[in-house]
Parts: sequence; C-alpha cells; structure tokens
Amino acid sequence: MDTMRDRFIATTSRLLDEEPRTALVLAEISAAGFEQAQRRHPDRVINVGIREQLLIGAGGGIALSGMRPIMHTFASFLVERPFEQVKLDFGHQNTGGVLVSAGASYDWPAGGFTHMSPGDVALLDTLDGWTVHVPGHPDEAEALLRHAVAGDDRVYVRLSQQSNSEARPVTGDRFLTLREGRGPAVVAVGPMLDNVLAATEGLDVSVLYATTVRPFDREAVRAAAGGRGDVVIVEPYLEGTSTTAANDALSDVPHRVLGLGVARRELRRYGTIDEHLAAHGLDPVSLRARISAFAEQGARGAHRRS
Amino acid sequence: MTNTALFSTPTDVRSDLSGDRPGASRPGSSPRFRDLGRLMALMTGDEKHGPAATSTLDALWVLYDRVLRVTPASADAPERDRFLLSKGHGPMAYYAVLAAKGFFPEEWLAGFGSYDSPLGHHPDRVLVPGVEIGSGSLGHGLPLAVGTALGLRAQGLTDSRIWVLIGDAELDEGSNHEAIAYAGPAGLEQLHTLVVDNASATHGWPGGIASRFEAAGWSAQTVDGRDHEALYAAFTAPHPGRPRAVVARVEPKNA
Repeated sequence: MDTMRDRFIATTSRLLDEEPRTALVLAEISAAGFEQAQRRHPDRVINVGIREQLLIGAGGGIALSGMRPIMHTFASFLVERPFEQVKLDFGHQNTGGVLVSAGASYDWPAGGFTHMSPGDVALLDTLDGWTVHVPGHPDEAEALLRHAVAGDDRVYVRLSQQSNSEARPVTGDRFLTLREGRGPAVVAVGPMLDNVLAATEGLDVSVLYATTVRPFDREAVRAAAGGRGDVVIVEPYLEGTSTTAANDALSDVPHRVLGLGVARRELRRYGTIDEHLAAHGLDPVSLRARISAFAEQGARGAHRRS
Repeated sequence: MTNTALFSTPTDVRSDLSGDRPGASRPGSSPRFRDLGRLMALMTGDEKHGPAATSTLDALWVLYDRVLRVTPASADAPERDRFLLSKGHGPMAYYAVLAAKGFFPEEWLAGFGSYDSPLGHHPDRVLVPGVEIGSGSLGHGLPLAVGTALGLRAQGLTDSRIWVLIGDAELDEGSNHEAIAYAGPAGLEQLHTLVVDNASATHGWPGGIASRFEAAGWSAQTVDGRDHEALYAAFTAPHPGRPRAVVARVEPKNA
C-alpha cells in the first residue's frame, strides 16, 4: 500500500492539472516527487529551498493574489518553526490556504525529536478558524485533501506513516459512529483507530472515528456519551489536545473526559513507531487497560450515585 | 529639501500602460505633497513630526502619486499594482497618503488608534480600504510580496508590479533574507523592495544595504529618500529579469 505522503504527491499532481487556481509551495521536502508536476506547471510548483518562513509567507502572498496555495513540509517545519507566519500571513490577513504535513508525531523515530511534532494540532488550536484533518488511511488522505483544496478556508492536513488497515468513508466534517455501547464514548482520531478497535474488542463502549478534529463534532460526542457523559479521546499527537473541546461539548451535563495521546515528556529514544506507541501507552494492550479502568471508575461512580 | 513644484510635470514612462494613475485622473484638483502635513496633524495633533513618523513620507508620496497603478476605484482589480507596507510601525504617513488619494475619508484620521477607528497604530487590511496587508510584526511583508508576485505571474498578470516597503532595521529579520535570497535567482521582475534607511539597525549594514540585494541577483540602487526626482527615477528604472531594490536614505532616526 502507498503511504499518505505518496498519495499526497499523486493527488496534488492531479489537482494541479485539474484546477488552475492551485499552487504548490515546497521547501525541498518531497520536491523529488513533484518533478514531473513542476515541469508541467513551472509557475505553480514552487520550491523555495530550505526556507520555512518563506514557505508560509510566500503561500500567504499567493493567497492574497487570489490563488489556492498548498504548502508542504514536515510538521515540525510547517507549523512549529514558522508559527507566527501561519498566524499572521493567513489568519490576520483573512485569507485561506492548505497546509499539508508529513512526519506526524514520530514517523521517523530513528531521526529523533528534531523531526517529531506531537504539538502541531495543539499549536493550531491557539488560532481561529483552522480546519484540521487527520486521515487514518491514504484513501482518506486523498478525499480530505481534495475537500480541503476545493474550499477557500484555512486547512491543516496531517499525514502520517501510521495507517489503519482499511479506509472509512470520510466527509470532511462529521465523526463516524463505528460501535455503539453503554459505556464511555471512545473517540479514535485518524491512525489510532485500529489500535482503539483492538483495545475495545468486547468492551461495552461506543467508538467514534474522527478524521476531522477541528471543528470538533460536538453533536456526535454528545449523542455517544449518552446519560453518563464519559468520553475517551485517543489522539496520535499531544495528550489532551482535544480535552477542552470535549469538555466544551458536554459543558451542560456532568461528564468525565480522559485524554490519551503522546506524552509531553521527551522520550529520547529512537527505534520504531510501534515502540513509541507502546512507550506512550497507545498500543492495544495499554489502551485497553486505561480505557477499562476509566470505564470501571465511571460505573462505580454511577452505582454510588444511584 | 523637498521640491513640491516637481509634481506639476511628471514624466511617467509607464503612462502608456494605464491612464488610472491618481495624479493623472484628477488634474488640477489633486492633493499635493504639502497637504500631507495637515493630514498627519489630524492624527498626531502636531504639525511637526519626528523622523520616525515621516521617514517614509516622501517615498510613499512619489509611489502613490506617480508610480503605482492603483486608485480607490481599482483597489480590488486583479491587475492593479500592489503596495505592501511591511514596516507597519508609525503608519501616519501611509494613512495620510491613502487619505490624500481618496482611499478613505479624511475624517477617519482624527480617530487614529481609538477603539472605533479602522486606523490602528499598525494597519489592518481587513479594516482599511487600499491596505494590502495587515502588518506590524516585522519581517512578513517581503515574503508575502514574493508570494504575491509568484501568484500574479502564475495567473498571467505580468503587468502588475508589487512594491513592499521595509525599514533598514526590519531588514535584520531572517525571514527577509530568505525572501531576498530566493527572489533574485527566481528572477521575480515584478517584485520591488523599497528600503527606507534611517540608520536604525543596531549593528548596521557593513558594505551597504544595496550590496546585500545585489549579491542575491537583484537590481539595486541607493538614493536620497527626500529627493522626489531621484526616488522617481530609481523607482522607474528598468531591471529586466531581476527584482529591484531601492534604498531610500533619510536622516538617521537618532540624529
């Protein structure tokens, strides 16, 4: 199977052919994959070199000129390094654009922390009006990318090496309900789904699948949390990133929220993605233990209240 | 120092491209450079202004009066020239020029910086007609101008010129150097950077500001930032295949 990044290159190359208002801005990363597209569209495939502030600033200028910029590099260099450019060159200018990252939280564990970006979504959460897509499969990445490019707003598409075994139908806005149960609503974000499904096998919980996390699907969470108001969010980036959004969705009812994700502490380990998932408690065994404990605490609490 | 009489007989080498220069569209009734002091006083309450407030005044006036092809009527036209004020600090001269050219009513000036005024101490493109970018944080305008040039070129709008004004201290920002280093080799002929040099950069620019642009493949020239004819000549000099930088020297900020 191709990776999400492979699919991004193939899909964006086609979008450049199909849609003359699109422009792609690169800072060396993935440039080799776009050589053909660059030959076909020399004015709309722009590699600015290893210059990430210019990557975002130039994308902002392209948006001001009336086009639809797609900007791409590793998440660390796309969101974290030029963060003020993201904030001012799009939001403050009241323009739109599509940021597409690769690398995610630890797609290249042997590369170390310099190439890890678990905080990207939390950072974007400090800004207004960004839609955040976290696909869990290359097919979903293609669908969400096309959705993003067709619009006019500010969109972040977070691609990862991690992928679920099968693609789900994604709409670009709503969470999907995959299982219904009486216990907590477990929200699995993007590539966390396979582990969450394995972890919750046989548990009496609901499972929601989220590939568009901003805006947060309040209605789906409210409906799935039911009378008990227990929600678990399993995110492939910084732990607790969506806890506030879940709390806000349930602000008028008693509720508990457990946020699972990548720990804040720097691991200082290399190795493999699976080893990092286990270290952060995001493998199926760890998830099952943490979700079960949370569900049991809730059940005991409900029993005491009754 | 400033010879306002020069404005009566502009020779616009680009007049064949467009008849919508503000100065040309309203002969006889056009505001003059000498009106700007009164407009600035509406904001500051002071007829005399420090160098920081007026360092950009002459260069802005020459651009808007004789060079830029943009008017209130064409402020949203895709083929207009763009002026991006990157150095958004001390925008009184900018507001005065925009008001003089009719982009917004003079009455707005008195509210400068107040809660209900669209005119902040840094300009906001969402609030002020004719303002192309919101600025204030240094080092954003030139990268945005590079992207605007790229976007216009990709749309075939190759007659539109993009101008961005930065300060010599603003040039310290690394983002500007990413943009300078890229734009030269990329041959962005539509792009123009105006550096207003009031010697406010802490470590200065050994070798001169223009040399930094020239080393990156730009056409560059340094002129007296109070000499309208010199500014006009530098602004309109041909620079085929290369972006253009004009360094306008004015009196030092701390002199």
